[in-house]
Amino acid sequence: MAVDRFPVEAGHIMLFARAVGDTNQIYYDEDFAKGTEPGGIIAPPTFVQASAQFDPDYGLRPKIGQPWQGSGREPTGIQRTGGGGGGSGLHAEQHYEYHRHLRPGDILKATSRPGETWEREGRRAGKMTFRETITEYRDQNGELVITARSVGVQTSRPVEQ
Amino acid sequence: MPLKASDLSVGHVHEEVVVDNLTRTQIVQYAGASGDYNPLHTDETYSKEVAGYPTAFAHGMLSMGLTGKMLTNWLGDGRLTKFGVRFSRQVWPGDTLTAKATVSALREEGGQHFVDLDLSTTNQKGEEVVVGSASARVDA
Repeated sequence: MAVDRFPVEAGHIMLFARAVGDTNQIYYDEDFAKGTEPGGIIAPPTFVQASAQFDPDYGLRPKIGQPWQGSGREPTGIQRTGGGGGGSGLHAEQHYEYHRHLRPGDILKATSRPGETWEREGRRAGKMTFRETITEYRDQNGELVITARSVGVQTSRPVEQ
Repeated sequence: MPLKASDLSVGHVHEEVVVDNLTRTQIVQYAGASGDYNPLHTDETYSKEVAGYPTAFAHGMLSMGLTGKMLTNWLGDGRLTKFGVRFSRQVWPGDTLTAKATVSALREEGGQHFVDLDLSTTNQKGEEVVVGSASARVDA
């Protein structure tokens, strides 16, 4: 993921906190937040994942005028070619190291590099290919604020329940 | 109130029910807030008919976010230094999740105190959906 400009905004932090069912006032009430140890609104620990909103090429967001994999008239807007098999890409791991916590007004830039790739045979999902990505989020002063390590997995069939 | 190292010991356990009867609407909220619109999570037709799953299921990152809520509620705001998880099982609409942290170590570095935690979030059947670890700064 390459994101040139991810402006951290108070309203976005509030919506994200609501989505994880977190009612902590530090995520939306400026007056309350002033009296806390951080001294102002901060973002919840997994908020940086919302940088996807600011990645122009992010593949899991519908784009106007382009086919979308989700359903409309048909169960999917993109017909698979080849063998199929029903496998899909899933998120396997996510790790964050916090150098400081995000605040509204921060403007982040994210740069990613590939890490390791490995394969494993799984009982519930068949052959699985894992790919690691390391992303560094830097603020408006070029300071490193969060280092993220993500592992994605491509399964050869749907995961059995 | 932030945690104090003097109140903790290795093996100490803290847990919180972080969602009770997860709704499809909350999964939609998460898609909208995070920007991850993968139809596996929000599109029942796609998830069943194209991807082959019984229904749409939660983003892994929603289960991580829910686990993080337990951590910040317990540790205090802005105290986490590391937080990492592996998604071991899918989370489905209707699930109730309990996030649990177990103290694995207490450390002092450069005059500051830190706690290391093992994390495990389980569903109503006792199956682990998230396993991980975290570290945080604590008071003396």
